[in-house]
Amino acid sequence: MAKKFGIVLALALTASSVAGITSAATDATSVPRVQLVGMRRITQDQYRQIIADVFGKTIKLGGRFEPDQRDAGLLAVGASQVSVTASGFEQYDDMARAIAAQVVDEQHRSVTIPCVPKVAQAKDETCAATFLGGVGRMLYRRPLTQRELADEVKIASDVSDRLHDFYAGLSMALTGMLESAQFLFRQEVANSDASDPSHLTLNASSKATRLSFLLWNSGPDRLLLDAAEHGELDTTAGLSKQVDRMLDSPRLAAGVRAFFSDMLGFTAFEGLAKDPVLYPKFSARVAADAQEQTLRTIEDLLLRQGGDYRDLFTTRTTFLTPLLGAIYKIPLTTPDDLPDGWVRYEFPQDADQAGIITQASFVALHSQPGRSSPTVRGKALREVLLCQKVPDPPGNVNFALVQDTNNPAFKTARQRLTAHRSEATCAGCHKIMDPIGLALENFDTTGAFRSLENGTPIDASGEIDGLKFANAQELGKAIHDNPAATSCIVNRIYSYGVGRSATKEESAWIHTNLAKDFADGGYGIKALLRSMAISDQFYRVTKPEIRAEIPVSSRLAFEGEHK
Amino acid sequence: VNLAAQLGRRRVLRGMLGGAAVTVGLPFLDCFLDASGTALADGARLPTIFATWFFGCGLNPGRWEPKTAGKLVDLGPELEPIRPYMSKVNVFSGFKVPLDGKPAQPHITGRIAVQTGIVAAAGQKSALPSVDTIIADSIGTKTRFRSLEVSCIGSRSSESVRAGNIMNPSEISPAALYARIFGADFRDPNAAEFAPDPRVMARQSVLSGVKDQLADLQGMIGAADKVRLDEYLSSLRQLEQQLDLELQKPEPLKACSVPQKPVGELPPNAEVTTMQTNHKLFVQLIASALACGQTRVANIALTEGLSTLRRSGNAVIHHTHTHEEPVDPKLGYQPNVTWFIGTIMGAMADMIATFDGFREGDRTLLDRMLVWVTSETGYAKVHSTDNIPTLTVGGANGRVKTGQHIQTAGDPITRVGLTVQQAMGVSVNSWGSDNLATSRTVTEILA
Repeated sequence: MAKKFGIVLALALTASSVAGITSAATDATSVPRVQLVGMRRITQDQYRQIIADVFGKTIKLGGRFEPDQRDAGLLAVGASQVSVTASGFEQYDDMARAIAAQVVDEQHRSVTIPCVPKVAQAKDETCAATFLGGVGRMLYRRPLTQRELADEVKIASDVSDRLHDFYAGLSMALTGMLESAQFLFRQEVANSDASDPSHLTLNASSKATRLSFLLWNSGPDRLLLDAAEHGELDTTAGLSKQVDRMLDSPRLAAGVRAFFSDMLGFTAFEGLAKDPVLYPKFSARVAADAQEQTLRTIEDLLLRQGGDYRDLFTTRTTFLTPLLGAIYKIPLTTPDDLPDGWVRYEFPQDADQAGIITQASFVALHSQPGRSSPTVRGKALREVLLCQKVPDPPGNVNFALVQDTNNPAFKTARQRLTAHRSEATCAGCHKIMDPIGLALENFDTTGAFRSLENGTPIDASGEIDGLKFANAQELGKAIHDNPAATSCIVNRIYSYGVGRSATKEESAWIHTNLAKDFADGGYGIKALLRSMAISDQFYRVTKPEIRAEIPVSSRLAFEGEHK
Repeated sequence: VNLAAQLGRRRVLRGMLGGAAVTVGLPFLDCFLDASGTALADGARLPTIFATWFFGCGLNPGRWEPKTAGKLVDLGPELEPIRPYMSKVNVFSGFKVPLDGKPAQPHITGRIAVQTGIVAAAGQKSALPSVDTIIADSIGTKTRFRSLEVSCIGSRSSESVRAGNIMNPSEISPAALYARIFGADFRDPNAAEFAPDPRVMARQSVLSGVKDQLADLQGMIGAADKVRLDEYLSSLRQLEQQLDLELQKPEPLKACSVPQKPVGELPPNAEVTTMQTNHKLFVQLIASALACGQTRVANIALTEGLSTLRRSGNAVIHHTHTHEEPVDPKLGYQPNVTWFIGTIMGAMADMIATFDGFREGDRTLLDRMLVWVTSETGYAKVHSTDNIPTLTVGGANGRVKTGQHIQTAGDPITRVGLTVQQAMGVSVNSWGSDNLATSRTVTEILA
């Protein structure tokens, strides 16, 4: 088959060099025996980012995604377990056709297509190969094989001739690429590891892909693919050079934001509503601003200031919009010269708010539509920020006392939960959730501060892992000092990068190497990312790790009892 | 769907690109239908349709079950809204989910057991397919949509789960569902004119190329990823099926009338009025889609298992009420919980009325439907998985006898799932795992 298209390929390669696209095709027969060790569906955000990166920000998607799924606390892990359903495929098809039509339309083609056909009403195999080889490499995150390119050129050419429209042919071939498994799934391919027969190592383009999604939440750019294809990622110096380039890029912000959005469970904002009668100030816009507030806080502290991750739990510096100001009861005037409507804000020393756990993105997300929930918040704090699993509640429990707000003896959540904890079956778990959740009771379900509940003063004191605190700020300090907080993010970011929970062997490496580098680097996020990205471990796969059993996704991970 | 079996190393492009002739169905005249419009001229009936209707947090034990077994002559007060349709429903009470010594995962164990026939181990979900997907794979592969899923409270998740725990996502907006079914790709079966679009043939060849590329992954993929890739391929084939249908003149369907775009939809959330409004719009759209032959399987989730329904201005959601609200000593039940139950059962009556109000000749759409109504919990207050409320609605084209109360003293609930599959023509003799395994059909309802 490859021979049959030899002429086309020769033309394609010539055209590629003209267009500045290197190595548009490689010979499939030269690929060594390899194994697919991971297949991770790209997330909605990644899909959007890739389309913007490859075709420009003016391309509209025009479709809906099927929901991403969360496992082991991360969508990045769930992505290794999902497939594409029939309705999901319909949507990918709609999007692919809409995108492809825009890419070749008159408005975009001068930018998106690096050549002009000899005749616009007929096929032009050279130009088609140039375009499809170039975008194919970006979309598949590796060069197309000779056969793949030949097939794509043939589809484009046949359609171009039949419909008497060169661009219709390109559009059809591009549509196919955008709905292919090669694009929709990050296919992690590994070769045997020469130094260690018990392991496999990702091949160069899979390495580049893992690295790029970790740091930029998108596919590799041309420079990274070039480095991969020239074998540079297989040397310490070559890999370090690329990692440092990427860490210095402004695109790092998108990567860091994506990781924290995932870890903090921000997809749950999609369905978040508060009762508009009880909480008229809360709206979808407030919910969006609440996420953005936290992401701006993180980006500022960790990237702009190069700060300590632990300070996220104590920082008084944040960013607000007038809508958030209304929730927090802070009158804000937005200066006219701030076009995006955000202002940097410093909470005073004696303020009630400090750190991201007192922000609406945490206290409003982990609440019920009509009221706060110390149990939900305590559970989230344990599971999301400290990576400690809280067991499911048992069956056959009488919940009658919990939060029966009409009972005159139990006016506050603390009083009601104390009664509930008197039941032995409940005490064990509630003891690890409620005392820390109660510390946030000064924040209602929208994140607004309050000092009374049903006319009774709120007592926000408690203890976490033996450390006593008086209020939310002191709880933030306790989390800042809790070793579980730093070990949690180190484990999460590793899982995020490799798309699965760490194995025992990896956990040991994480503990001795990654966690140490994180501490030595003053708990800076860049130090952590660099340590991981330049390590051999990040690109290795233990042989038995190739999953043979049917995976069990936990689409219900956030659908537990405590709602 | 077996990947290897489907993929040759075929690199020939199909349809127009391969130079093959296009098959266009001959014009179908109304005289090919029988006088009543309920069957094709050769006597074959319009196809049987399957639907599920799911709600969370169960019903109050003792308040929904009919008092007498056998012929349905009475209903518990909570089923009162469906009294007008007593002759078209079956009620199943007293069935159990034996836990096999495994711990119950609240709101999860019951649902997985009902839908997939297994009690999942602690912290695990079932990797088995839900009944609706088994049925869809049997009867849904020739229609535009293998199945349609909707959620009336704005959740994209659904109860419809394929092998490997791959979940069919729900539509949450009636307008979006309308666009998907009756948008640009819809072919009106009763339209006089039919002209196949050459671009559809080009799209077919593109999909064929995408499918061929999958062959490159053969031999380098592990078992778990193969399940996922098979699912991807199966979804691709469903789109190919849609395109095939776009190139054929559809058979006329008298009862099919293209509905207007839905009006009055509310931004999806779990507030009760919103749920009621969007549920009605969804059911009307699904009825039209079924009558127009677009699908044979529909999954309607009124709420999630853990019902987050809420009443405007009230701080406590349905689920929380089930656990916290004291039983009123005079009434003998939880008044707020029972209020939510009333809205849910009212919605069920709306659903039945809509399907039964859709005339197809001298019968109704409901007459060729089997709607399986389930929840995930019996008595939600204590997370019981015993006596989970279960009904079937509709006669499934005469395959199911209706108007009965099937009462057992703790039979596994999988008996109902098995019977539903058999009624829909799935070739299965036994279903379920461990103590949920059964080969005992509920023969009383099979015609």
